[in-house]
Amino acid sequence: MPDMTILWPAILNGVTTGALYALIALGLTLIYGVLHIINFAHGALLMVGLYAVYFLWRFLGLDPYVSLLIVPPAMFALGYALQRGLITRAAHGRDENILLVTLGLSIILENLALMAFSSDTRTVDTAYGFSTLDVLGAFVPLPKVVAFGGAVATALALWVFMARTDLGRAIRAVAKERKGAQLVGIDVNHVYAMSFGIGVGVLGIAACLLMPSYYVTPTVGHGFVLIAFTIVVLGGMGSFVGALIGGIIIGVVEALGGLFLGESLGQIGIFVIFILILLLRPQGLLGRAQ
Amino acid sequence: MTNGTKGGLPRRAFLAGTAAATGLLAAPSLLRAAPEAIKIGLIHPVTGALSYSGNQCRAGGEMAIADINAAGGIKSMGGAKLQAILGDSQSKPAIGASETVRAIEDGAKGIVAGYASSICLATTQEAAKTNTPHVVDVGVADSIMERGLTNTFRFGPGYGKIARDAVTSLDAINKAAGSPAKTVVIVHEDSAFGTGTAKLLSTELPKHGFKILKVIAHPTPMRDFTNIALQVKAANPDIIIPANYYNEYVLFARTIRQQRIKPMAIYSVLGGAASSYKFVKDFPEAAEGVMDTNHWFNPKSDLAQERKKATEAKGLYYTYEVYLTYNAVALLADAIERAGSTDHAKVIAALNASTWDKSGMPYGPTKMVKGQNTGAQPVNTQVQGGQIDVIRPAQFAQAQVKFPMV
Amino acid sequence: MRTLALLVAIFAALAVLPIGLRSDFWLNAVMLALFSALIGQSWNIAGGYAGQFSFGHALFFGLGGYAVAVLQVHLGINPWLGMAVGGALGAGAGAALGWLTFRYGLRGSYFALVTLAFAEVFRILANSVPFTGAGEGILIPLDPHPAMLQFRALSGYYWLLLGLTFACFLTVWWLERSRLGAQMQAVRDNEDAAAAVGVDAFTVKLKAMALSGLFMGLAGVFYTQRYLYLDPGLAFGPAQSVEALLVAIVGGIGTLFGPLLGAFALHLLAEAAQGVLGDVPGANMVIYGTVLVAMVLFLPRGLTSLRQGGRRRRRRRTKDA
Repeated sequence: MPDMTILWPAILNGVTTGALYALIALGLTLIYGVLHIINFAHGALLMVGLYAVYFLWRFLGLDPYVSLLIVPPAMFALGYALQRGLITRAAHGRDENILLVTLGLSIILENLALMAFSSDTRTVDTAYGFSTLDVLGAFVPLPKVVAFGGAVATALALWVFMARTDLGRAIRAVAKERKGAQLVGIDVNHVYAMSFGIGVGVLGIAACLLMPSYYVTPTVGHGFVLIAFTIVVLGGMGSFVGALIGGIIIGVVEALGGLFLGESLGQIGIFVIFILILLLRPQGLLGRAQ
Repeated sequence: MTNGTKGGLPRRAFLAGTAAATGLLAAPSLLRAAPEAIKIGLIHPVTGALSYSGNQCRAGGEMAIADINAAGGIKSMGGAKLQAILGDSQSKPAIGASETVRAIEDGAKGIVAGYASSICLATTQEAAKTNTPHVVDVGVADSIMERGLTNTFRFGPGYGKIARDAVTSLDAINKAAGSPAKTVVIVHEDSAFGTGTAKLLSTELPKHGFKILKVIAHPTPMRDFTNIALQVKAANPDIIIPANYYNEYVLFARTIRQQRIKPMAIYSVLGGAASSYKFVKDFPEAAEGVMDTNHWFNPKSDLAQERKKATEAKGLYYTYEVYLTYNAVALLADAIERAGSTDHAKVIAALNASTWDKSGMPYGPTKMVKGQNTGAQPVNTQVQGGQIDVIRPAQFAQAQVKFPMV
Repeated sequence: MRTLALLVAIFAALAVLPIGLRSDFWLNAVMLALFSALIGQSWNIAGGYAGQFSFGHALFFGLGGYAVAVLQVHLGINPWLGMAVGGALGAGAGAALGWLTFRYGLRGSYFALVTLAFAEVFRILANSVPFTGAGEGILIPLDPHPAMLQFRALSGYYWLLLGLTFACFLTVWWLERSRLGAQMQAVRDNEDAAAAVGVDAFTVKLKAMALSGLFMGLAGVFYTQRYLYLDPGLAFGPAQSVEALLVAIVGGIGTLFGPLLGAFALHLLAEAAQGVLGDVPGANMVIYGTVLVAMVLFLPRGLTSLRQGGRRRRRRRTKDA
């Protein structure tokens, strides 16, 4: 039986870690919700973002949080170009092709990183790296508090963007009824590329907020891909608020699973939830039933 | 720069062959004088999840070959040069096996492989089919050496030896300080090396009166260590024993500080970062005072210091992968030298009879028992003032043990 | 019948390969490709013919592998018997997974993700229960006798694998002209339409999964006996799942020869990439990935479309004439 005094800090840690997962899942849920594709390159793109943050810190001395001004826009451009220049062209209207292309892309990116940067573990050293916030007796690392705030803000911003802007409305239209959207004059390829770009751009935000408490290696993305998919499904594909709530639930489940079952076996909780949601409520917590 | 031939490059081999043939016609006497190079297969996981360690291993192996060649090659065979056949196991046992066969068919007279225990199991087994001498570079699982493969040798210690030494040393360190520490928490990664080590520690430590409060296994990669730190904090042990890989070790050490956990000692066994220059450089405060039981070179050996300098001149850290692989190759070369031949049986006999002592390692005399060098042992290191110092055994020690840390 | 003749001819040619081929390395390379063809074809049964895209075929692979290892190491059961159990376990797991997911009407990416999750659950379980050896893995004692399903010479393993692969391909050949196969393809193309004409889609998909799981389980048995060591990551990790779907898709899904073509093409590509740039870590994989992407760009229907495309072009030409 675990010690009950650590229940509160464990839950709090689950919430903040979960928010960080949600941040990584936000971009994926947009891509998944609009393009209906399983993007195998998501982890590799996160890795690209993390290296960008690292090198900006290493060579220009930019704080990871300052990089928020640079990395997300750059990642957006990369995402837009990839979708427009590669993924659409390779798809030929077949899902399995998108799967192969994103898989190939992740192999290329990871091994380019290995060639260029070697597989050394890189970390940034910031003044606040070890700082903690005392929340009712639980120490929460400062970078995680920031990441939590960032995740909430990003999810809300995306939600407002989708609800209030023309582009957001166009994205929703394309996601729902591609042919109809085309008929009313929406440039579907542009909308797809914008969605992919925004999704990858959000991943850039995640990279900036993750780097102070984590590290980067060429294969760093592997650890986050599955969990991001779980969150997307749990929250409902395409739902930002769902992803945020889903992320936090997964974070807490992971924390409690680790506490009660041990860290190895505890991971099983995540997948059991994943399977149950898929079986019983495949539209996710906040998705609409079809 | 390297002596590497590219495995599976028939075209280049063919071209080289043609060049040699033309040369032979032009200057027969000159060519006959140079003995044929002796090929050694270096099979390492240079891509995939283990690529950092794999590349460090490869660097060590290539340095050994360069040094031996610079010193005149294999003298008993007319100064024959060593030549590396490089293989990439892609961090997968099946590919490791396939690369081993390739190297042997490309003419490798011996194999040095494969870093991870699971890959070593595959490479040794594959080399055994042709009875090709195989020296395991790192692969600490004892099962590698316990399968009765007569071609398989290991110069470094296995984790059984390491874990037993770790326990005896911890006991001695504790007793010398008046036995203040009584309780232990073990945090280990959940694959072969961490699980095996933790299992041995859990049986050995209680024999010396330590009480194990908790054994926490975690996967690799692990995204967050706060939960584990909280459990450690609640258990409040005198000593924390981590056994995991570099990235996880770094996150764990960071989190311990964030959660303000101050045990009497962090005493790792095969800690991925505890005795790593990179860790000490990147996180001097988190590293300070950390003890480790691990592979290490003899700091008092000029040979080891020279090699360390040479490694650092290449922009690499002098990590255990580098010197263990270096020595695995050098051990094999010494056996070929004494055998005066690359005949498998003769080289294996020479390896079995090896008393080689040019390793720069803190080992006793080399003595092979069923392929395992029984002279091999780990040492204890401690980070003191931003330096990694050997603190035990006494004859290699550079500094006094600082225990308890707080 | 011409297809069968071609199939038999290919496998007959492969069967005599060890007699002529002196190089163990090349024999081993062919084996690695054959192994990919086997798991690719296994995947193809469910993914290509019945349209059930799985990301978690490692589940059946791992179950087969652990079955033969655990029975042998802990209960002393002969691995030949273990092989039968491993295959049955794979088939049973395929049917069970199908029953659970199809009952709840999961399709497309939802099905793909749930299979992935199941493989992960089993990876974690294998890492936690004692009889699999947990994280330390399970090591089968070396005993190179055919009676113990271990071979001193590589050719023994080669023929074993060739036999399994041939059985798998023959099954698919049979499937292509059987009622079940036609039903599977009808379900793949339009499940509702198939149901409308009286096809029991649920049962058909279940059978496809069982058949797929059977051969994947046998592949797991073969892998385990070949390398004599298994750990949770090797058994249930995503590597086997990805390779299985990769060779099938690259070759051409839903075709008999697709997985064979895809497997040999990908292994040849990997070899060539390493030959060109092998000593720079990662460079070979960059080339591999690039060619993969290029292949999708220019051959969206897989390698077998080369032949069909040629035929179509010829047909068009004759029409013009």
